[in-house]
Amino acid sequence: MSATAGKGVRRLDAADRLGRSWWIDQIARVLVFVGGISAIVFIVAIFVFVASWGLGFALTELDWGEFLTSPRWRPTSESNPTYGALALMAGTASVTGLAMLVAVPFSLGAAIFISEFASGKTRELLKIAVELLAAIPSVVWGFIGLSIMNPLIIDLFNVPVGLNVLNAGVILGLMAAPIMTTIAEDALKAVPDTYREAAEAMGATRLQVVFKVVLPTAKNGLTAAVLLGVGRGFGETMAVLMASGHSINLPTSPFDSVRALTATIAAELGETAQGSEHYRVLFTLGVFLFLVTFVINLTADLVVRGIKKK
Amino acid sequence: MAELADYAIQSRDLNLWYGDFQALFDVNLAIRRGIITAMIGPSGCGKSTFLRSVNRITERLGYVRTTGSIDVLGQDITAEVVELTQVRKHVGMVFQRPNPLPLSIRKNILFAYDLHHAERPSAAQRDEIVEKALRQVLLWDQVKDDLDGKATTLSLEAQQKLCIARLLPVKPTVLLMDEPCSALDPEATAAVEELIWDLRGEYTILIVTHNMAQARRASDECIFMLMGKVLEHSETAEMFVNPAKKETADYIEGRYG
Repeated sequence: MSATAGKGVRRLDAADRLGRSWWIDQIARVLVFVGGISAIVFIVAIFVFVASWGLGFALTELDWGEFLTSPRWRPTSESNPTYGALALMAGTASVTGLAMLVAVPFSLGAAIFISEFASGKTRELLKIAVELLAAIPSVVWGFIGLSIMNPLIIDLFNVPVGLNVLNAGVILGLMAAPIMTTIAEDALKAVPDTYREAAEAMGATRLQVVFKVVLPTAKNGLTAAVLLGVGRGFGETMAVLMASGHSINLPTSPFDSVRALTATIAAELGETAQGSEHYRVLFTLGVFLFLVTFVINLTADLVVRGIKKK
Repeated sequence: MAELADYAIQSRDLNLWYGDFQALFDVNLAIRRGIITAMIGPSGCGKSTFLRSVNRITERLGYVRTTGSIDVLGQDITAEVVELTQVRKHVGMVFQRPNPLPLSIRKNILFAYDLHHAERPSAAQRDEIVEKALRQVLLWDQVKDDLDGKATTLSLEAQQKLCIARLLPVKPTVLLMDEPCSALDPEATAAVEELIWDLRGEYTILIVTHNMAQARRASDECIFMLMGKVLEHSETAEMFVNPAKKETADYIEGRYG
């Protein structure tokens, strides 16, 4: 009796160690682990690559005073090339700023409607539409900027050129709005329904529930949504390149053409000799962009974590 | 027969459906003013549904349909012309899980008050409202030094007391309580029960409970429901000593449910 039992246990043991499912389990574990850490590996690799070209140059040869304060970006000058990135930074900042003015009300409004007012089919339909909108390639948005917004701005405001801060800002705002809507809606969904129920039971209307309970509760998540939108704006290249006019300017009005940091890299990198000063200064712009978006995303992440602690 | 004014809540032929599922069948109840009425019955018997119909919070679900009527103090609250905010001002509700809003204690107390009063009283008056409400629920001494602290960090007992306190500044006539003690430990339950007993008289209290002993010790009248129907409505002492129906007796004695 005890012998049979012992045998049974041994056989179970053996099956457990050598069985196919055990191997599948181990392999799956390794695959999932590799997938999981790949994001970290890639981000470190990208930073090392960009920094290896840009950072060494930035720390030794680059004239930082000129880089940060001069609007003169003349990398191709034969006699005296200058690398003032102020105008490029101002271009990126002005376009992103205007984009947020467009995107924040749109996306928060859409998120509030989807999460708090729409129901059933309307909600599903809207969510799909927003996701589709997020999937439109940026070159298509740039094309819209060139072919629709450009003549529209010329006609409406009676200005000579329609490729400017206004055009790029509106285009970028519309581009950033869907992703911001999705994140903001998640933040609103995370507000426990018991809060809404409690407020409604006290006689609050749905609008009062939204403004007095849901928005204050979700404010961290909503801030994160806006910050990620800003990050998206900083990093966007093609649409801004096409819609902004791509001329170096410190903008004084929304009708000035500007050039963005990203657009500069995209337009010039292919034209420069690999390893040249110009080449490496473009990588410095890349490092700068990387750091800015990194800080923005990190802030957004910390803000979201702030909610969970409370 | 009692005078009309003796009843705080009267339902007439109340039927309620969640989609295709009928949860209430011809419920006719007359709930006396100023006393505590407990609703008992096994899960799914419709007691919570009835409770939630009295301030029409059932309508949040969107797929609820009702026929019949409910009068609160002689006014039909199911009528088209009735404003929901007014219904909910007169009929306060306490939920199973304490659900203070994620705001300060002070703001929780003033939340309903501000909803129903367009004019903002002076800061001194507001402090007075907060103090009065918190004193009524015996919470003042515990929280008076931390009125701007988050309400959600209080103990569950204190949270539930706060949830009762925040209803009082708008002077409701009816308080609905949906198993207000089921998330609390025995000591906190005793404290909240005592508080509910203190509020008796000033407010009409309708309380749903799963806890037979609680219904027995903390109510004046008792309603027994089963499968969406009211089987029995009598004085608590009478129901527990001498139930009229066999189902009531079986339930009270714990033979099912």
